[in-house]
Amino acid sequence: MELFQYPYMQRALVAALVIGLAAPALGIYLVQRRLTLIGDGIGHVALTGVGAGLLLNRSPVLVAVIVATLGAIAVEVVRSRGRTSGDLALALLFYGGIAGGVMLVGLSGSTSANLNAYLFGSLTTISQADLTTIVVLGAAILVAMLALRPALFAVSHDEEYARVSGLPVRTLNMLIAVTTAVTVTIAMRAVGVLLISALMVVPVAAAQQVARGFRTTMTAAMALGIFAAGSGVWVAANADTAPGASVVLMAIASFLVIALAAAGWRALRRRGTPAPAPTPEPHEVVLR
Amino acid sequence: MNHPVITVTHAAVGYDGRPVLRDVSLTVTAGEVVAVLGANGSGKSTLIRAVLGLVPLSAGSVTLFDRPLRRFRQWERIGYVPQRLGAGGGVPATVREVVASGRLARRGLLRPPGAADRAAVDSALRAVGLAGRADDPVATLSGGQQQRTLIARALAGRPDLLVLDEPTAGVDAASQEAFAGALREFVAGGGTVLLVAHELGPLRPVISRAVVVHEGGICHDGGVPEPAGHHAEPDHDHVHPHGPDEPAGLWSN
Repeated sequence: MELFQYPYMQRALVAALVIGLAAPALGIYLVQRRLTLIGDGIGHVALTGVGAGLLLNRSPVLVAVIVATLGAIAVEVVRSRGRTSGDLALALLFYGGIAGGVMLVGLSGSTSANLNAYLFGSLTTISQADLTTIVVLGAAILVAMLALRPALFAVSHDEEYARVSGLPVRTLNMLIAVTTAVTVTIAMRAVGVLLISALMVVPVAAAQQVARGFRTTMTAAMALGIFAAGSGVWVAANADTAPGASVVLMAIASFLVIALAAAGWRALRRRGTPAPAPTPEPHEVVLR
Repeated sequence: MNHPVITVTHAAVGYDGRPVLRDVSLTVTAGEVVAVLGANGSGKSTLIRAVLGLVPLSAGSVTLFDRPLRRFRQWERIGYVPQRLGAGGGVPATVREVVASGRLARRGLLRPPGAADRAAVDSALRAVGLAGRADDPVATLSGGQQQRTLIARALAGRPDLLVLDEPTAGVDAASQEAFAGALREFVAGGGTVLLVAHELGPLRPVISRAVVVHEGGICHDGGVPEPAGHHAEPDHDHVHPHGPDEPAGLWSN
């Protein structure tokens, strides 16, 4: 435990907790609109931003926010057009993003260790300034996702109905896209671009095994995100493992435990109470 | 004459250059219950989607409550019931959460739901007979009950006009009756209805006017067409058994 006396460990813990809370709050909308892997794709694009930042001697995180936001807007435009070729356009964007990132980081003369910090996260090297950015942006993400929940739920659930309700559907979709980009970039320092999607999606996947409604799923997913972040950093500090990977593995472990417990609970209930005879709906037609 | 609620003038719609509706004109006045009938692929769903601005017109115009569609902002006056509930990504939602979406047009983006919103959701759930299932996940409901959930969502906004896309397609008899009851109540309260249907079933007595769409144009506008020939028999169920002259084969014995 004494490791947490060091300021760098405290910063790592706070950053992980903020991201653990904010990522699932956004992720639930992405899961609902079947964009589970979008975080991954935007992460690839953000890497080009990191490379550009290193090359231009600007803050890599800041440039990554800008590039990832542009990428997210491009993805949203392709998605809203609803063309089948959108799938290929996304693939081009993602692979272009990661290839561009690797090339630009190389050109900037950075070491591969530096590239690794962005690919897999580097919680323990977070500076005080980084932490401030993470906390402020994380709070903004949380406020937006919670305050606009009824509208974002409606848009993600049934976009046409939302349009007929007079909701600003295009603006809300853009908000989700931009928030995804911002979440990806702040989570990049914690778990790395290759593992970001896990923090957005795995807690939601775990929560929806047991929750009955949208709000309960969101609350449970945020609680699980905090748990995974906190326990992951603790494991990393004690077992000297990579923090990002530890956090993600804790999230996946909680998913497995919950999924197994839910399946076991359902099996027990089935055995305990004899299944009621199915009551069919009354016949609509008489087949002669 | 009653006030016009929907006015469609010489509207045309095409998907990828293929015309779906050509030169359609239609007026629905306050208090009417208009059924849009037609075969699959006749363009009847496209017609109501064009009325709501969900598909763009290539020619003509649509007016809602005396406002051109492009400048229409009073969306709280319209309750839309789509053909079915989207599957979504598997995130659970309760019946109440889905129905509460129907209050957004009245409430706006940021105002949290108040007592009036809760009361409207409760009474909409009662109107379709789902009050007992309010906290169940919608995914556990039958198809007919899911359809009733969508109708409750539209009613929760207390609209003046209901627009329904095949509300009774593939819906069990109990749900059809519950739906007809909710619709009667809505019309008795002064509401206007535009609905697309393949068959009217228990809705028939509620309908005041029928419009038949055929190959992208309106071929009948007036009374509900009477079924002809054996279709008119009271026990005709629109499910056609195979004729006796079908040759015996692998699938018959």
